[in-house]
Amino acid sequence: MDVSQYLDIFIDETKEHLQNLNTHILELEQDGENMDTINEIFRAAHSLKGMAGTMGYKRMQTLTHDMENVFSEVRNGTIKVNSDMIDLLFKCLDALEEYLSTIQETADEGTNDNEPLVKGLNDILNSKNGSGKTEEKKEEKKEEKKKKKAKAEENKLKEKWRDIKLDDSVKKVIEEGVKKGFKAYGITVYIQESCLLKAARAFLVFKALEELGEIIVSIPSAQDIEDESFEFDFSVIFMSEHPLEKIIDAVKFVSEIQDAVGDEVTFENEESAQETKEDKEGTGKEETQTLPAKSTDTAPAQKSTSGNAPEKKSTGKPVVNRTVRVDIEKLDSLMNLVSELIISKNSLVSVAGSVVGSSNIQFNEQIEYLESVTTNLHESVMKVRMVPIENTVNKFPRMIRDLSKKLDKKMELYMTGEDTELDRTVVDEIGDPLMHLLRNSADHGLESAEIRAERGKPEVGSIFLDAYQDGNNVVIEVRDDGNGIDIEKVKNKAIEKGKITREQADLMSDKEAIDLLFQPSFSTAEVVSDVSGRGVGLDVVKSKIEALSGEIDVKTKLGEGSTFIIRLPLTLAIIQALMVVVGNEKYAISLGAIQTIESINPNDIKKVQGKEVINLRGNVISLVRLNRLLDLEDCRKEDQDLIVLIAKKGDRYAGLVVDELIGQMEIVIKPMGKYAGSCKLISGATILGDGEVALILDANALI
Amino acid sequence: MEELALNVEVTQYIKIRLGDEYFGIDIKYVDNIVRMQHITRVPKAPSYVKGVINLRGEVIPVFSLRLKMGLDEIEENKYFRIIILKVEGESVGIIVDEVREVANVSSDDVEKVYHNVSDGIQNFLSGVGKTDSGLISLLDINEVLADKTL
Repeated sequence: MDVSQYLDIFIDETKEHLQNLNTHILELEQDGENMDTINEIFRAAHSLKGMAGTMGYKRMQTLTHDMENVFSEVRNGTIKVNSDMIDLLFKCLDALEEYLSTIQETADEGTNDNEPLVKGLNDILNSKNGSGKTEEKKEEKKEEKKKKKAKAEENKLKEKWRDIKLDDSVKKVIEEGVKKGFKAYGITVYIQESCLLKAARAFLVFKALEELGEIIVSIPSAQDIEDESFEFDFSVIFMSEHPLEKIIDAVKFVSEIQDAVGDEVTFENEESAQETKEDKEGTGKEETQTLPAKSTDTAPAQKSTSGNAPEKKSTGKPVVNRTVRVDIEKLDSLMNLVSELIISKNSLVSVAGSVVGSSNIQFNEQIEYLESVTTNLHESVMKVRMVPIENTVNKFPRMIRDLSKKLDKKMELYMTGEDTELDRTVVDEIGDPLMHLLRNSADHGLESAEIRAERGKPEVGSIFLDAYQDGNNVVIEVRDDGNGIDIEKVKNKAIEKGKITREQADLMSDKEAIDLLFQPSFSTAEVVSDVSGRGVGLDVVKSKIEALSGEIDVKTKLGEGSTFIIRLPLTLAIIQALMVVVGNEKYAISLGAIQTIESINPNDIKKVQGKEVINLRGNVISLVRLNRLLDLEDCRKEDQDLIVLIAKKGDRYAGLVVDELIGQMEIVIKPMGKYAGSCKLISGATILGDGEVALILDANALI
Repeated sequence: MEELALNVEVTQYIKIRLGDEYFGIDIKYVDNIVRMQHITRVPKAPSYVKGVINLRGEVIPVFSLRLKMGLDEIEENKYFRIIILKVEGESVGIIVDEVREVANVSSDDVEKVYHNVSDGIQNFLSGVGKTDSGLISLLDINEVLADKTL
């Protein structure tokens, strides 16, 4: 059977499961007894195995199968978690990731059998005392749990519908149905494990059932079944006037159905009947009849669900919202359309401005309305594109753990704000720079254990990754409590590499010295390790972040640690901008970069080292004459006040002198293409209401 | 004719004028031909980059073919056109003095020219084609768009 159409889904879901496993195995390392974690791991491994099997990736299946066996033993308590085992499991995950990337490239899993890993897993299995095959153990385990419920094992194993918990409203429906001469049945349907389209089969079963009666409850829920988030069976409570045999036959008539079992739902034949009756008597007429097994006593019902994986899946899974997977390209085109709309709205606004007359008050009102609609529309589309950075940062704890072992330094990663959302394209790109910074912190930042002890720091080094939203920006900080940056060392290195002279170095501020780190091929690590220090770290980080219209800043204190602060715009495509005139040309400047707008008397301008500065409320701010910078004529009179935009980058300010202010505008950023020259000052272009192109000045590059 | 066509390929060129010389641009690169419009200057760009224009919502850089080929600029007149080229997904406009017609040039009517550093304009040519209405110099678009001037 051709499964290629499922390949994308397979890859996506496998990635999710692997990430899940990574996270949980890390947790397991901390707390080897946590049953929830173990169950979660088991479930993820089980799903992986199933998926790999379905897609025909035998090697992947074998590996996950053995992993699942190990987890199963851990769950049963016959094997204790130890660090060797965790190491082995991580190696297995790496191997699985390798399979996955091979699959992604070639649609084939490759030929690596990973025998040592499989052997290692089996060794763990064999090392446990006594007992033969895992399968048997699992069966035993299940049965053991079943016994708690006074039910015939054989029957119980199959009729999972008896585990369904019915709430009062459902009972009432059943009750009323019975009054009308219907019968309530509980049915459990098993789909063949080889079935690829479980959801479709389940749908056909539902359809068949609906022809004969009414489905009251289904476990898992209809939504989960539609999403294929169930194993190979599902159970329903069903009302019908037809005899059970007819219903079962109808279900079995659907192809790829292995079996269907059912029984009439009554309260008489259950051990809880007694309680039910008591209940009935206690609460009077309201609560009557047709309580199925265990429904009055929730505790044993829950116990029974923890015994079998599929049921657990439906209960243990957090309630998911109704979601739709959308190709990012479709969102891109939607975003483009919104951009077009905003441009045409802007041109309407400019037309409205040029039409004089009293009759257009209404017209203006409509324009304003349109304006608010387009702004909201843009915001909504933007939100759709936002994803939490979680998916990207989740892989870091594992990476730090591996680094810790490799570098033989004890360290711990603390993360906050994983739910901070950013544009999808930004989230995809930000992973590598963050990884660089974390590696940097681990390798260069944190000191060795001896030095830490000398300095009175805790033995375990701490690395922090904090993300939060700040206005229209998202800030991600990577912080460590390590050595900090040794500025003298940086300067010496720069001199050694011939980047600066001794004199320059002496004049340099700390900040300028730190900026040296972001230059290409600059590494201060004395020993080049394979973790970092190849001299291609920070400059790549910087250029990547700047490509995302972000900025990076460093704060450091020798001996105490350093913080790398990354500031990223929430969205890339549409920004609020201030429109200004310089010379006779219009330019846009991102509003986010501008702090205040000042009117400055030319007499207040002082000269320091040949540079024009102003003293603004105690701050000395250097002026940037945009007209000179952009090769334009001075068109203002000497004594006229200057319009100065105070822009801020990190903790540095600059005053940008413009000739005229036009106003605030929502602009769509358009790329200019590679042929337009690579001017650092210009970060893009936008189309104005009248169809003219205005360039966007990058305030960051001006400071 | 059928048999003849086996080895002879006919390529269509847009025939343009620059001063009193005619050049051909392979039609496969040509996306559009538009009249002159407002061009927004891009500061700090090479001199031959005249700026950017808005072409149906896209921002496209525009080159002066005259400056690129080392000729002097002349005053804009009504024959000026911007030819929008699309090369490897990137759009770029080039300003020419005039667009004349589409010329069919068969491959056996093309004389190769050999690039020679000192040859000036020849560096931008892929060959010279003979047509009924005279000779046209065939432009090598990749060379024209490369970051260099004469």
